[in-house]
Amino acid sequence: MDSQPFLLLQGITKKFPGILANDRVNLEVRRGEVHALLGENGAGKSTLMKVLYGFYRADSGQILQSGRPVQIRSPQDARSLRIGMVFQDFIQISALTVAENIALFLPDLPFLLTRERLFRRIEEISKRYELTVDPAAPVGQLSIGERQKVELLKLLLAEAQALIFDEPTRSLAPHEIEGLFRVFANLRRDGYALIFITHKLQEVLAIADRITVMRRGRNVETLRRNEADAEKLIALMFGEKEVVLSPPRKEARGEKQPPALELRGASSRGQGLKTALQDIHLTISPGEIVGVAGVSGNGQKELGDLILGLETCSAGQKFLFGREATSWPVSRIRSQGVAFIPEDPIQMTAFPWLTVQENMAVGHISKYSRKKGLTIDWEAVRSDLDRSLKRLGFQIPSLFAPVGILSGGNVQRVTLAQETAHDPRLIVAFYPTRGLDVRSAAAAREILVFFRNSGSGVLLISEDLDELFSLSDLLVVLYRGRIAGIFPPQETTVREVGFLMTGSKEASRS
Amino acid sequence: MNSPSGGLQALRKIYSPGALRAFVLLLLALAAFALVLLIFGKNPIKAYIDIFGNTLGSGYGLSETLVKMIPLILTALAVAVPSRIWLINVGGEGQLYLGALLATWGALTFGSLPTWLLIPLITVLGFLGGGLWGGLCGYLRARGWVSETISTLLMNYVAILLVSFFVFGPWKDTESANYPQTPEFSEAAVLPAFFGTRVHMGLVIGLTAMILFFFVLSRTRWGLEMRAIGVNTEAARRNGIPINRYIILLLFIGGGLAGLAGMSEVSAIQGRLRPSLSPGFGYTGFLISWMAGGSPLGILAAAFLLSVVTAGGDILQMTQAIPGAVVNILMALILFVVLARRGGKGAVK
Repeated sequence: MDSQPFLLLQGITKKFPGILANDRVNLEVRRGEVHALLGENGAGKSTLMKVLYGFYRADSGQILQSGRPVQIRSPQDARSLRIGMVFQDFIQISALTVAENIALFLPDLPFLLTRERLFRRIEEISKRYELTVDPAAPVGQLSIGERQKVELLKLLLAEAQALIFDEPTRSLAPHEIEGLFRVFANLRRDGYALIFITHKLQEVLAIADRITVMRRGRNVETLRRNEADAEKLIALMFGEKEVVLSPPRKEARGEKQPPALELRGASSRGQGLKTALQDIHLTISPGEIVGVAGVSGNGQKELGDLILGLETCSAGQKFLFGREATSWPVSRIRSQGVAFIPEDPIQMTAFPWLTVQENMAVGHISKYSRKKGLTIDWEAVRSDLDRSLKRLGFQIPSLFAPVGILSGGNVQRVTLAQETAHDPRLIVAFYPTRGLDVRSAAAAREILVFFRNSGSGVLLISEDLDELFSLSDLLVVLYRGRIAGIFPPQETTVREVGFLMTGSKEASRS
Repeated sequence: MNSPSGGLQALRKIYSPGALRAFVLLLLALAAFALVLLIFGKNPIKAYIDIFGNTLGSGYGLSETLVKMIPLILTALAVAVPSRIWLINVGGEGQLYLGALLATWGALTFGSLPTWLLIPLITVLGFLGGGLWGGLCGYLRARGWVSETISTLLMNYVAILLVSFFVFGPWKDTESANYPQTPEFSEAAVLPAFFGTRVHMGLVIGLTAMILFFFVLSRTRWGLEMRAIGVNTEAARRNGIPINRYIILLLFIGGGLAGLAGMSEVSAIQGRLRPSLSPGFGYTGFLISWMAGGSPLGILAAAFLLSVVTAGGDILQMTQAIPGAVVNILMALILFVVLARRGGKGAVK
């Protein structure tokens, strides 16, 4: 009966100034399938889905639903056509309960809410699809994984038939991902059409029925699951170029230098939304990468900030390069050769309306100020930055351009060059590859390994367990501000770390 | 994603206000004020001829306009300096009074010192008075206790009452009957004036401060660090810039500049401390700084304009027999169009 695909996108073209984001893209999504949309960053996946969800209007091309052409001018239009989208960053009202958040989203929100009816509907659906959440719980108390379930429940209660998931596994622990995939399977059974945006190959191969690969704004090919394997998909994603998935691992050298960093029972107060760190014991030797695993919000940011001196130690001690540094100010710590590689430079470390060279100068101001600060040695700034960029193999359009007008990738490159310009002795890398595509991520990892091999200590905070396992010499799991486990990666498994990350193991022990 | 870039765009607009647009907007405000004058039954054209003729038409008028500009330049800088790192100093008025208070103390206590010693002394005291008053608010802000917008505003009232206390109490001049004022300063405590006009040293101080500030901002390490804090505080913190030190320092310097305005008024113009020292120079300075968006030429132009307007009040009172306070309407109209320009642009984006 359903010979027409539920959604058919034909020849979708979308131009932004200077970029052809989608170039005559075709996509066919049927009921009862999980359709993976795979591609590196900037391949045009999100743009295509935003066209489908009514955020953007395509310059040309058409969308057919069950064979009928439809106009989608806004997300409201999309919703009334039974298309729903689960975003990466959900908009939910933390103070309200799950049920209230869901009720607010429903198109037929009655004037008087009948609590029982709503609860019953939520429970029915959540049971059917294994989406268990307590409808009476305030959303603010839920984990990311649970909030994602709430988001999905919203769409299901609003009777969406096609569900778009924008990188839904990004901040989930391994067993939560398994749970999500079970939900996918249940939905597929009931004839929903699922679109799953991702750039992770294993996940695609684990759950998708069909896979459409996008590259540089075009759909390259659509494969059935049984036609696809990792090598083939990589070849499609990147063209014929070879991709190094992770750099080869080298043995750490055990030289007799003082550790780059040593925390002895360090704790911090968790004020406001911060997580309190409790009794952290951690040593990073020169030439060693210590990986920190954990679900975000379990003290990673605070740990990085504690090392940088932004967060004060309420108890315990901090040693840098063998010297007691517990109460050093940020400037002193940074000038000792502590680099910080952020997830999002524009937010965390860069100054968008200062030029590239001004950014560099601010980062190492005591090195470049002359006459006690009356002038700045711009020659030295430029030559150091040039050298560092060359060493990393990066090219930047101009050192005189404001950083804010550079592309995201270039901002990241500038930051890397700037932070590593003076051979840091300790690198704090804070989700350095989050949101990067496979190739950029590999380049960032190579940089970390390069500095590890040349004797820097590296603290790698990441959510990507593959990355942590392949790079770390020592793996630390953070859970609720405590170290839940610490071991060499070869002595543990992804699964065990995943359980520690979510506190499941701790809970079962106590 | 939208808000930072929107804010930055607004920033960029502030830096290039566009002289033409500013001029058109000014005409708009003048036209609106003309309507007000018409309602009063006055001839607006005649009124404007009176105002501009008396302020710009003669050497004397021009010199008096310059005299009025001096405290306005300084109080505008008092706002512009801390605003580089998003601090909002509404306390120019109080800082001006405190500067005057300390300068007066110096002038009365060390009145017998020679000019070359006494003038630098009261200058430093004036700066310190306003500086400490502003720096205190900076300290409270840096500790995260009180927003500087609130504390600087409230401290204005304290400062004015403090001056009243001294003028009505311990420092009251026994010779001027029941007049609340201090004794006249000795000759040595009067800032020198130029060319037989009332234009005094304060102008040199103000212009020097302005040039110095913009040199520091564009050339030095401290300027770079200040701009960095202004652009992205979080990043500044991560790069080890001592933000709290800058908060205290810039409010200290800003307050100090307003204090210099108070010092120069009391020393060069009034010759003694009175409770009615300033007709709101501090607030007008705030207006000027925002009109100028921190640009040095903008501050000069706006200070010039507003001193013409303030002088215009006295002129209208004399020639048109309407209350001088009527120019407050014009001032409000100018503020209106200035703010409308910014808000309107933001709303379109």
